[in-house]
Amino acid sequence: MKLKEKILTKSLWVYHLSAGSCNNCDIEILDCLTPRFDIERFGIQLVGSIRHADVLLITGAMNKKSAKILKNLYEQAPKPIFVAAVGICPCSQNMFKGSYPMLSALDEIIPVDVYIPGCPPRPEAIIAGIAKLINKLTAKDKKGQK
Amino acid sequence: MLKIVTQYLIFPGIIFSFFVGAMGFWLERKFTARFQYRVGPPWYQNFIDVMKLFLKETIIPRNAAKTLFITSPIINLAAVILVSVMLANNYFLNISFMGDVIVILYLLVIPSLFTILGALSSKNPLALVGAARETKLMLAYEFVFITSLIIAIIKSGNSIMLANITATQILSKPNIASASGIIAFILALFYAQAKLCIVPFDMAEAEQEIMAGTVIEYSGPLLGFYKISKLMLYFSLPLFIISLFIKVHTQSTLLKYLIFFCLYILIIFIMSVIKNINPRMRIKDALGFFWFWLLPLGILGIVLAQFGL
Ligand code: SF4
Repeated sequence: MKLKEKILTKSLWVYHLSAGSCNNCDIEILDCLTPRFDIERFGIQLVGSIRHADVLLITGAMNKKSAKILKNLYEQAPKPIFVAAVGICPCSQNMFKGSYPMLSALDEIIPVDVYIPGCPPRPEAIIAGIAKLINKLTAKDKKGQK
Repeated sequence: MLKIVTQYLIFPGIIFSFFVGAMGFWLERKFTARFQYRVGPPWYQNFIDVMKLFLKETIIPRNAAKTLFITSPIINLAAVILVSVMLANNYFLNISFMGDVIVILYLLVIPSLFTILGALSSKNPLALVGAARETKLMLAYEFVFITSLIIAIIKSGNSIMLANITATQILSKPNIASASGIIAFILALFYAQAKLCIVPFDMAEAEQEIMAGTVIEYSGPLLGFYKISKLMLYFSLPLFIISLFIKVHTQSTLLKYLIFFCLYILIIFIMSVIKNINPRMRIKDALGFFWFWLLPLGILGIVLAQFGL
């Protein structure tokens, strides 16, 4: 069990979905891959297909249209899959809360593993969020062992 | 009996070739990272990636042709394992049989063929685009590689046995030390580049346009099989090039391995240089490059080889 979590956390392949973001968060995610931050040294890669993904990164406040796609995408992903909400938009719907195309919060639709607040979050914050996710996985595993 | 088992399973068989291939792919990633002033992944990254894929769930699309979808990665891997074991046994232990060059040529077509079939069976439109591109690319590079192989065969006195090709190089001089040999080496390098889907020729798996293309619907262990076969190709194609063109003879075993690893790293380095200074070609440009530039070069090489140059 411990080995499994260790392997999973050492090679996280990330699929990135923009559920109606203002594009700022997406740019910050790409920043994580640049030479300055270089998350490939932790084994993290951006992949193009949800079938290869271990982490589903969601940016943007969901509206009625993207919620369907999001749910569909989550069901298409091979389990175990972890969901990270990047930016304040998916965390709390930001200033779009209560406006007419909004449906509900992200975690009422699919389970969310880690929240990364910020508008947009800095690349450091995103890396810290991923580290939080890794810590959470290994901590869960420790509890399971006892 | 035990000797044969270790010979095929461990050294220089499956496990050795997988290990070296994974290290080769890591080197390629590391070189790329260094070209971009990045740190790059740790050396064990590819092993972890493969292991992780075997821990994940496999999803089979509802519309897919199930049997073909499941068997094609497995056949792919089987063909690659055969090629790697044959090549490694020839290079390190000098085991060979009549006509094995032709067998290897056929076996090397199988991975691309079954990648295409697997993509077609998944019925994903992006996978279809990837499969169409891979088909066209195959038409381009296979023919070029055959000309390069013909040059090596002519140089060895028309022998289609890998051991004879290496033996002639040991007796006289490596093939690459002649004009036609250099041409054949260049052609084979471009072939390896296209076969491994490295950047100027990676239209079939273009991450940014068609989302991993041919393997888009694969997940979990089935994707793991593809990954392993790609890693093993990273070992066997450079090894094939080395044994065809740059076989150097030495008495001591240590020096033999040292030379192999130096040449291997050199070939991986050249490939990653080509990768990092080129953008992805369009399929039309790639076809033109292979047919109108490399193919005439190959024919010139054959003519030169006939005159013993
Ligand atoms: S969190 Fe801010 S930056 Fe990110 S998508 Fe929402 S509004 Fe844009």
